[in-house]
Amino acid sequence: MDIPYTVESRPDTGLYNAKLGIWLFLASEVMLFGGLFSAYVLLRVGAAPGMWPHGWLNVTLGTINTLLLALSAITTLLAWAACKVRDFTKFRIFHACTILLALSFLTIKSFEYHDKLIHYEIVLNNGTFADGHLVEKSADFDLAKKTGTITLHGRIVDDEKELMDLRTPEARAAKLGEVTVAAADIVKMGNYGPRHNTFTAIYFTMTGLHALHILGGTIVIFYMWAFGGAMWKTDPERFTNRIEVSGLFWHFVDLVWIFLFPVLYLT
Amino acid sequence: MLSDIQQFPPFREPQPAHDGHGHAEHHEPGFWSKYIFSTDHKVIGIQYGFTSLCFLLFGFSLMLLMRWQIAHPGVPVPVIGPLLAKFLGQPAAGGIISPELYNSFGAMHGTIMVFLGVVPLAFAAFGNYVVPLMIGAPDMCFPRVNMASFHAYFLGGVVMVVSFFIPGGAAQAGWTSYSPLATTIPTDGQAFWLIGMVLLITSSLLGAVNFIATIIQLRAPGMTWMRLPWFVWAQFVTAFILLLAFPPLEAAGVLQLMDNLAHTSFFLPTGLAVGGQLADRSGGGSPLLWQHLFWFLGHPEVYVLILPAMGIVVEVIANNTRKPIWGYKSLVYSVLFVGFLSFIVWAHHMYLTGMGQKIATFFQATTMIISIPSVIILTCMFLSLWGGSIRINTPMLFALGFLPMFGIGGLTGLPLGLAACDLLLHDTYYIIAHFHYVVAPGTIFALFAGVYFWYPKITGRKMNEFWGRVHFWCSLAFMNIVFMPMFLQGIKGMLRRMSDGAVNYSAARVPGVIDALPGNIMQLNGVILWAAVCLGIAQIPFIINLFWSINHGEKVGDNPWRATTLDWQTPTPPPHGNFTEEQVIERGPYEYSVPGAAEDFTPQGGPAKNPTTHAPAHH
Amino acid sequence: MSESEKPVSLNSYVRLCGVVFVIVLCTTSAMIATSFAHLGDGWTLKVALILAIAVVNAFLVAGYLMHLLSEKKLIYGVLIFTVLFFIGLMGLTMWAMSDFPTGTAVR
Repeated sequence: MDIPYTVESRPDTGLYNAKLGIWLFLASEVMLFGGLFSAYVLLRVGAAPGMWPHGWLNVTLGTINTLLLALSAITTLLAWAACKVRDFTKFRIFHACTILLALSFLTIKSFEYHDKLIHYEIVLNNGTFADGHLVEKSADFDLAKKTGTITLHGRIVDDEKELMDLRTPEARAAKLGEVTVAAADIVKMGNYGPRHNTFTAIYFTMTGLHALHILGGTIVIFYMWAFGGAMWKTDPERFTNRIEVSGLFWHFVDLVWIFLFPVLYLT
Repeated sequence: MLSDIQQFPPFREPQPAHDGHGHAEHHEPGFWSKYIFSTDHKVIGIQYGFTSLCFLLFGFSLMLLMRWQIAHPGVPVPVIGPLLAKFLGQPAAGGIISPELYNSFGAMHGTIMVFLGVVPLAFAAFGNYVVPLMIGAPDMCFPRVNMASFHAYFLGGVVMVVSFFIPGGAAQAGWTSYSPLATTIPTDGQAFWLIGMVLLITSSLLGAVNFIATIIQLRAPGMTWMRLPWFVWAQFVTAFILLLAFPPLEAAGVLQLMDNLAHTSFFLPTGLAVGGQLADRSGGGSPLLWQHLFWFLGHPEVYVLILPAMGIVVEVIANNTRKPIWGYKSLVYSVLFVGFLSFIVWAHHMYLTGMGQKIATFFQATTMIISIPSVIILTCMFLSLWGGSIRINTPMLFALGFLPMFGIGGLTGLPLGLAACDLLLHDTYYIIAHFHYVVAPGTIFALFAGVYFWYPKITGRKMNEFWGRVHFWCSLAFMNIVFMPMFLQGIKGMLRRMSDGAVNYSAARVPGVIDALPGNIMQLNGVILWAAVCLGIAQIPFIINLFWSINHGEKVGDNPWRATTLDWQTPTPPPHGNFTEEQVIERGPYEYSVPGAAEDFTPQGGPAKNPTTHAPAHH
Repeated sequence: MSESEKPVSLNSYVRLCGVVFVIVLCTTSAMIATSFAHLGDGWTLKVALILAIAVVNAFLVAGYLMHLLSEKKLIYGVLIFTVLFFIGLMGLTMWAMSDFPTGTAVR
């Protein structure tokens, strides 16, 4: 039994099955990320005045990642084009680039995550806030027993709001240095993980889900890069279709990032 | 007409070994690849059907336990009480259903019935088995995706069932899982629920993509859109609803999972206190956001439950009235309109959340508008009966039963669509009665009709007619005794979700503010319990019939109902690849009793090679 | 495959990609510049401008890299409905969250 239109297009729709399938899937992905973006908008609009963070993320790294993804989208298109002109070697080269670019993206992303996870905000018992990246904890540091000290590279502020907008001239002029705090003075301490506030929560969730998409796409592309040779020999047309379909997914993932980058990094 | 048919690529002949019992000859697939990892749409349809029927029974049993608790609060469950205590531990200590366990059962009854029972049966089981046959396709577009869809569903079901046995038991926050309740209950049930839901949603998405692509791409030559059986239209619209309405719930599920596991505050407001203490949360989230994302799926889901059922009813009615369905085009445009509009009515589930009048008015308007196409569909079904020489058999009885039952369910929904009445009726048993009339004697009756109707195609034998009728009449009677009193209870103000069956509530009496529930209203709980037990007993003939008829039912040919649609033009059971010859479709789906025709049914199409008696296609 | 009627050459794609990448570079720079520019108080104007540029960027990717501009009508149909429902989801939710019954205080 053969299923019609797996390779050739159906005359009245002009599409082969998988192409329609991937676009339908992407439509559902639009609604998935649409739901998340709606959540983002509502959380941001609903945030208490002055409590939505600005400038918390590293724009340089974000920009590099944006360009990496743009480049990978281009190599994906070229890999498909190489298949269309029946040049398997060039296909291999282009998609090797895609995979390397994707892995670089994920590496940079994990550095960014790490940077947030070692960034602490500490509420002190005199009502001020110590905020900065972890330098070291003393050996006997124990929050529950109130022993030892913790050292951050950052600053101490009087009002949590000062930590929100890092784009203001005052925040940019603030001097960062080593701050050492005794555990006995700590009321509450937490890193900039998802639970820190709704911004870090939506940041980790959206970029995490996006990174999962990157990972999935990379695995698929790698599979066809490594094991596609057999199908290429027997049915190059079908293989080309597969590259097109997986490319469409990859471009969609790039498309999501095009919106994630400005809403999280730039505004 | 023929010329544009021929531009389709030539039909690829199946291997010559295929002759109805084809796969016995070339290599016989082993048990695993034949029944578990099958990519054949018919096997997957049966897998879905069997699993979802089991879940329906399971969900029904949960309901029986709850009804016992409502009628006899605090009394140990007879017969299976000790078993409950043994397997579920503390929450069922002494065989008594604790309030926590009652909440678990309530949440899981809803979840199982909707997401593991009715939707998989109506959409995935019937859709998988029947749609490719009806459109003349050899299989679904993406058979392996189809298999993955079933496996994701099965895994989701396993996660849901396993959650009963973890410490603390299954989710307790209702099938709607409203935050912050869903996050602040200190057990892991909700996390299991969310993971299970993500799997089920994934399964639905894969299925929906497959259905849409199949219906668009794999229609046989000549099967134009307006020649599709209406069942296929219903499945098509359902698939689109699933495709586009489910992902926002998946997003919401991920966010709530973050709330539960990573302690974020997506749906938790600032200053949330739990157990008298300020919760250790950042706050800043919005509980209403969960409700919006949930009901953005939740309402379209109602149409996912009902549209495939209506599709079955239309097929059965057309077949048994022996005349074309009344208003085919109206049916098609109505179902499209319902599908479109179902996306913008969701907040009528949220009038009680303090919505402004403007937005409430908008949603009232769309809610009233969406009842129009629903009524058109029901009216077309009723009018189809007019002047037909109606053939009464079990599928037809269930289809006929569907009409008034769905009518009651639909019409009692109208007051709930208007904010002023809804504020009073919301969260009472009135709501329970309303949507159960839509889903239980509505959808599930239609699904029974479908089982009895397509059983001969699947097995080559009919189910026993006498026991089928016993099943129908008993179910009809007891369904109504179960649900009709709930309207009364609801109007009198009995709230839902009370684990003591409103005993405490009925005792409360604040002059001028709260009046006690009258004793006769409370007594109805006992009536409902025993009616529900009888309803359960009434399903026994069906279960026995279902298995007994596989080997002992009346043997029938390929087209026992003398039906027109393509699913009956295949060998029985259809071989792998479905059709032994290419089908060419020449007319609409319901050409019954065509004047001058030799038989009282004229099949939609037939093998391409011998164009025998066919007149030129008319449309 | 529908595109196979047209003669294809790898170079034409390379040229297309070059142009797209240069434009992406420009739009990304423009977004960053807007983000750091002084455009009065508040973020509303900046957000609007940046999103507008992002839409241009997205159009490039969808239109040329996903070759949506030369795609079939059926796909447009699916996407139009998707976008409509997305607007419904976000728009109606926003509306519902900002509309309060008369006489109740806002927050």
